[in-house]
Parts: sequence; structure tokens; C-alpha cells
Amino acid sequence: MIELLLWPWLGGMLIALTTGPLGSFMVWRRMAYFGDTLAHAALLGVALGWILQINLTLAVVIFCLLLAILLSTLMYQRIIAADTLLGILSHSSLAIGLVIISLFNDQPVDLMAMLFGDLLALGQADMLWISISAIGVLGILAYFWQPLLNHTISPELAHVEGVNTNLMRTLLFVLIALVIAIAMKVVGVLLITSLLIIPAASARRLSRTPEQMAIWAAVIGSLAVTGGMALSWFYDTPAGPSIVMVASGVFFAMYLMPKWQRT
Amino acid sequence: MPESLLSAQGLLVKQGSRSLIHDVSLDLQAGQITTLIGPNGAGKSTLVRTLLGLQKANAGTVTKAKDLRIGYMPQKLNLESTLPLTVQRFLDLGLGKHRLTDATYAKMASACRVANLLDQPMQYLSGGETQRVLLLRALLNSPQLLILDEPVQGVDIGGQVAMYELIVDIRDQLGCGILMISHDLHMVAAATDQVICLNQHVCCSGHPEQVSQDPAVIELFGLQGASALAVYNHQHNHHHDSHGTIIPGQHHEACNHD
Repeated sequence: MIELLLWPWLGGMLIALTTGPLGSFMVWRRMAYFGDTLAHAALLGVALGWILQINLTLAVVIFCLLLAILLSTLMYQRIIAADTLLGILSHSSLAIGLVIISLFNDQPVDLMAMLFGDLLALGQADMLWISISAIGVLGILAYFWQPLLNHTISPELAHVEGVNTNLMRTLLFVLIALVIAIAMKVVGVLLITSLLIIPAASARRLSRTPEQMAIWAAVIGSLAVTGGMALSWFYDTPAGPSIVMVASGVFFAMYLMPKWQRT
Repeated sequence: MPESLLSAQGLLVKQGSRSLIHDVSLDLQAGQITTLIGPNGAGKSTLVRTLLGLQKANAGTVTKAKDLRIGYMPQKLNLESTLPLTVQRFLDLGLGKHRLTDATYAKMASACRVANLLDQPMQYLSGGETQRVLLLRALLNSPQLLILDEPVQGVDIGGQVAMYELIVDIRDQLGCGILMISHDLHMVAAATDQVICLNQHVCCSGHPEQVSQDPAVIELFGLQGASALAVYNHQHNHHHDSHGTIIPGQHHEACNHD
């Protein structure tokens, strides 16, 4: 049992550690919908990767990155309202992805795994991708922490104080795209945003500084992964949804608890 | 002549086909307080944002002194309540390479009256408290030019007088140039060396007393509003003549109004 669960658990933990701090930024910047859009588009990435016959994870990463940069530019220019743009792209890419995948009669792609994740199928080979990405994302976040935070508080103030605001905005988008491409394995495209948003939102009540919130979010995410996997193992429930369920359980518990700390 | 910190020539900023500001030129000098007045929609914020590089100009140039350090106080801050951030932390995040000496910082912090706010979350501050914290943050890196976008917004009348006094005090202590946007002529005249009246273009500019007599300003603000400048200006003149910081003979240009 241990060998069977070790890699999935480690992979899930690594992803939770990454989604904690990154998800905090998404919560602070109201980017939940943006995350959803990229996640849905990841399915289209899979479909395109299959057509082009390249590695599917690589295809998702590249597609998400391209879309993130495109979105970053479009949203900055404010051609149409951001939520309208996201709504259009989110659902159309999900729809196109589903249509393309259905055209392959031999079904090379496990659609359910794409939509809801297949954590238990995670093997040693996937760990390489996940480890590299997790270390990369956390390293970049740590290095740019202060300018990213300043940009989140006020892009204008940050610009005047010498922060490269274009770089910060794009960087954050790119990191989110990368994490979504990787986290797809764990909870699937439909539930990825929850792994980013719910632990961070739950951590809010426990934190007085941005750093505390990022760390608590990582801890709560890890808890959710562990708890969800336990549920999945003992009751044979699907792993991805179980993880999200535990995370939302923690969220509601946090908000029902009396405030012991004023934040 | 005092050194020029920032000057703009013939700025034009358009939104679509409509021009927000046009033909705006100005010169900001060290140790001088310049106040930008004008009705709502006159393009005051647009001008300030263009000077700061936050908005691209469709035409014209902005020239800054080499390595100019600008302190900027935005009109307000839109902080999500989900971001846990105390005042202390917010101030720390603004610290850069050219921070004030400890003694000056202590003086400025007490002048901005932030001592009892430091442990508060940013989101809990009142309008006036937020303005004081934003002002202090703009001062952290010993700015040579301070740009204040409506520094007294959300501050009650008594607080407004104190705020303008504080701004003059900051200029005297740091020797920086200051550009601020203001709505009300009454308050600012006492604290201003140069007034620029903006209504998409520079209606007129110059010493508060001169501007107050300008037909264009009287048309914009009414006789009473405009004369307020002159009344307060006298006091102001006296104050600064004794310091010798006033530059006499500011040019005064009126324009043909449409």
C-alpha cells in the first residue's frame, strides 16, 4: 500500500505547497476566474498536443503559457470587460477541447482523468515534472516576493517606486499557467482553481501578514491532499473531488470557528 | 533659477478620439509647491498619471532630472480585505535604497501621526488615516519630487488645514519640489508657490494672486472662489518671503477660452 500511495502523495503535497502561496496571490488579486479560464483551456491544450503528437504535459504548459500572455495583454488593454473576456475564453476552450477529444474514436485520452484528476495514477516519471515545476515556481515567488506584493497592493505605487509592473503581471500569469498545467494531474481541469483558492481563503483567518497566509495556505492544502487521499483509499471515492471536499471542509470550519485572532 | 526637476512640453493625451488633456506644458522646480486646480473632468489626474509614466502621452515629452526620485501619493488604495497587511508592513514594503535618516523619519512619522496606527490592518483605516499613511510612504525614500493626488480627500476641514501645513513643512524639511492636485482654492493658496489652472489645457498659471485675477479662473470658479486665492495668498506671501523661497516674477499666461 505504501509504495502505491507514496508517489501520488508526494506529488500532491508538492503541488499543495506551490498552490498555497500562489493561490494567496490569486485571492488577493481576485483572479479566481482567471485561474478557471486557464484551467479550462488546459483541456484544449491536451487536445492540441494530441493532434500535434507531442508530450501532453508539455503541450498543456505551452498552451497555458501562451494563453496567459495573450490574456495578460488583452486584459491590460481593456478592449472588453475582463470577466466577459474570461467567460468567453473559459467556456469556448473547454467546449472546443471536449469536441476535439471526442473526435478521436480510439479515445487516447482518459477524459474523466482530465476533468477530475487521476492522482493515484501518478508515477515516478511524473514526479520529475512536478518537482522541477514546484521548485521553480516557489523559487521565483520567493525571489520576487516583495515586488509582487507591492504590485498586488498598488500597481501604480509600485511603478513609481521602480517595480517593473509588466514583468510582475506577466510573471504571475505565467506561474499560474505552469501550476495549472501540473496540478491538472491531481484534481483535473474542473477543480484546479479550488486547490488554488480554497486553502488560501481558509488561511486568511489565521494570518496577520501576507507571508503567514501563504504558509498557512500551503499547510491547509497539504492537509486537504492527505485527507482526500485517505478518503479515497478507504472509501474508494475519486481522489480529486475528495481533496477538494476536504479543503472546503477546512474552509467552512475556519469561518465557523470563533475569531481568536483579530486579523 | 532653482533646478528643474521635471518638465513637460505640449502633452496630449487622448482616450479614443476625445482628448483628455492637450497642449499642457509645465515645469516643476526643487523647493517649490505647485498646485494643480481645475473642475472635475479637467484632466488633473490624467496629467499627473502622464507625468508619472502611468499613462502614455499621444504627443509631447516629459523630461525628468537624472535619477529623479519621485514620491507618489495616490488618491486612494483599493485593497482587498483578503490581504492581511498592517500599516507597519505597508510602510516597510516601501523602503528602498534612499531611505530617510532615522531622525528625519521619526520626525515625519510623528508629523503624519501614524504611531498609533502601526498595528492596524490597512483596511481598517479611516479616509484621513489612510491619506496620512500614504503620505508617509511617499516620503520614505527621500523624494526630490513629491506628487500628491488630492491629498486631503476624505479629510475633514480641520484636518485639511493641518494636512496643508504638513505639506509645507515637508517641503521646508526635505527641500523637495511638490506637485499636488486640489479641488478647493481656499485651502491651497496658503501653501502654494505656483498655481496651474487646468481645464483640458492650461488655462493660466502663475502665482496664486495673479491666477485669482485671471478672467478664465473667475469664469471657472466664480468670483468668490477665485478671490479666495488672493485673500489667503497674502498671508502665504508674507510667510515665504521671510524664508526667501519665493521666486518673484512668475510668468503669467492667460488663454483664449472657448
